[in-house]
Amino acid sequence: MIQVENLTKYYGLTRALEDVSFSVGAGEVVGFLGPNAAGKTTTLKIITCFMPPTRGKVLVDGNDASMAPLKVRSLIGYLPENVPLYREMTVSAFLRFAAEVKGLDRAARAKELDRVMEICRLTERKNSIIARLSKGFRQRVGIAQALIGDPRILILDEPTIGLDPAQTVEIRKLILSLGEDHTILLSSHILPEVKKVCDRVVIINKGRIVATDTADNLAARMKGAPKVIVKVGKDGPSASRLISEVPGVESVSQLDDEGTMEVEVSRGADARAEMARRLVEGGFDLKELRSQEVTLEDVFMHLVTEEDETS
Amino acid sequence: MKGLWAIYKRECYSLFASPIFYVVCASFLVLAGYFFWSTVGYFHVVSFQVGRNPAYISQLNATEMVVRPFFVDLSIVLLLVCPFLTMRLMAEERRAGTVELLFTYPVGDKAIVLGKYLAALTLCCLMLLGTAPAMGLLFALTRLELMVVLSGYFGLMLLGGALLSLGIFTSALTENQIIAAVLAFGGGLMLWIIGWSEQLAGGTFGKVLGYLAITGHFENLAKGVLDSRDVAYYLILPLFFIFLTLRYMESRKWRG
Repeated sequence: MIQVENLTKYYGLTRALEDVSFSVGAGEVVGFLGPNAAGKTTTLKIITCFMPPTRGKVLVDGNDASMAPLKVRSLIGYLPENVPLYREMTVSAFLRFAAEVKGLDRAARAKELDRVMEICRLTERKNSIIARLSKGFRQRVGIAQALIGDPRILILDEPTIGLDPAQTVEIRKLILSLGEDHTILLSSHILPEVKKVCDRVVIINKGRIVATDTADNLAARMKGAPKVIVKVGKDGPSASRLISEVPGVESVSQLDDEGTMEVEVSRGADARAEMARRLVEGGFDLKELRSQEVTLEDVFMHLVTEEDETS
Repeated sequence: MKGLWAIYKRECYSLFASPIFYVVCASFLVLAGYFFWSTVGYFHVVSFQVGRNPAYISQLNATEMVVRPFFVDLSIVLLLVCPFLTMRLMAEERRAGTVELLFTYPVGDKAIVLGKYLAALTLCCLMLLGTAPAMGLLFALTRLELMVVLSGYFGLMLLGGALLSLGIFTSALTENQIIAAVLAFGGGLMLWIIGWSEQLAGGTFGKVLGYLAITGHFENLAKGVLDSRDVAYYLILPLFFIFLTLRYMESRKWRG
C-alpha cells in the first residue's frame, strides 16, 4: 500500500533522512519507532506530500507522491504531530470543512460527519469550540478529521502523546478497532504502545532504518540466551552452585548479596521446573523464579545503541 | 479549482470568529465617519459663503467637493487597515501548525491562496459597504452623479484588492502576524509615495515610477474616469503578488 524507496532528506545542510526504505502492506498496522529527532515525522510528512524528499520516492497505492500529490493526499487520512486544529471553530464546523475540502458532496457530508463523530465519540461535543476542549477530545477531533472520507490509509504521528493513561488506553482501543479495516502507519516512541497495537515495527534512528520486523521476531533475534531470575531467602552462593548443576543451565551470576541471581539457560531448554524442585529439596526458601523476557525496550535500546557505537 | 469554496468559507468563518475584523472595521468606520463629517462640513461652509453670490451657485457641486475628497480620504484609511485584514491569513496557519493539515488535504496551493485572498476581499468589501449609509444621506440631500460614486467604490475595491494581495504575500513570508502587517504596510506606503519621485527621476524611469504609484490610478477612478490602464494596473498587481505567494510557498516546501 505504501512503498518508501531510498528517501533522503536534507534540511539545509543537516541530513534528516538517509536512504530510508520500507513498505506497508494493505491492511497492516505498522509502528514507526524511533527516539526523538530520528526522522519519524520527516518521513511521514514526505509520505503525506507535505514536502518533497531531496532524493528517493514514495508510492502510495501505486501513485507516485511527487507526480500525483493530490491523488495521494486523497488516499490518506493524516493526523499530524501535536494535532494542529482550527481552534476557533466548533467541532462540527471544522469536520464539515474537512469533509468539503476532501471533496465529499453535500448529501454525503452530513452522513459522514455523523459516522466519524460516532466512531470518535464526539457527538455530544459537536457544538463545542475546539479551543475549549480537553486534550483528549482534541486528539479525537484530530483522528476524526483523518477518518473523514473513509481513506484506506491512516497515518498517525504520535497519536497518544500528552494524554493521560486513561485517554491513552482509549485512543489505543480506537486505533486497534480502526486497524481491522484500514492500513495504518503510526509513529511513536512509546514501546508498549507499539507492541500492543502494531503487526510490524519499523525502527529508525538518526535518519536510518535499523530494523523492520514483528515485535516478537525482533525479540527472538536478540543475541544471548534466555534468562531466568531466581531469588532465595539466604545463602545465595550455595544455591547458585546447586542451580549450575541443573541440565540446560549455562551460567549463574549473583545480582546482589541477598540471594538474587540471574541464570542463563541454553536456548530451547526449560530448566525452570527442575531448578525449583532442586532448590526446594535442598532446603532453600524459594522466593521468586521467573523467566526474563526480552522486551521491545531491550531490542530497541540494543539496536539504537549498537547503531551509535558503529557510527 | 477544487476546494477553493471550502477554503473560502472556512477563512471567512475564522475572520468573523476573531476580534481583529471587528476592531479593524470599527476603526475604519470611525475614521470614515470623521472624514465624511469634515468634508460635508467644509462643503456646508463654502455653500453659505458662495450662496450670497448667485453667479457661483451653479458651480457648487457635491460630487466634486464631497464625494471625491471623501474617496481619496478613504483610500488612505484603506492603506492603513488592509494589512490587519491579511496578516493572519498564512502566518497564523504556520504558527498554529495547521499548515500541516491544509497542505495534506487534497487541495492545490492555488485554491488555498485564492480562497484566502477572496475571503479577505469579501471582508474588505463588507467594510466599505459600511460607508454606504453616508452616501445614501448625501443622495437624499443633494444631487450626486451616481456613476462617479459607483466608480469610486469600484476603485476602492480594486485598491483594497491590490493591498490585500500584497498583504497575503507578506503573511506567507513569516509566521509572525505583526511582521506580516508591518511589511504589508511598509510595502503599501512605498507603492503610495513612489510616484512622488516621478519628477526627480525624470525620463522613462520617472514615467515607470509614476505608473507604479497606487495613488494616481485611484484618483482617476475617484473622479469617475474609468481608464483601462488604471483597471489593468489594479488587476496586474494582485496577480503578481499572488504569483509571488505561490512561488514562495513552493520554494519553502523544497527548503523544508
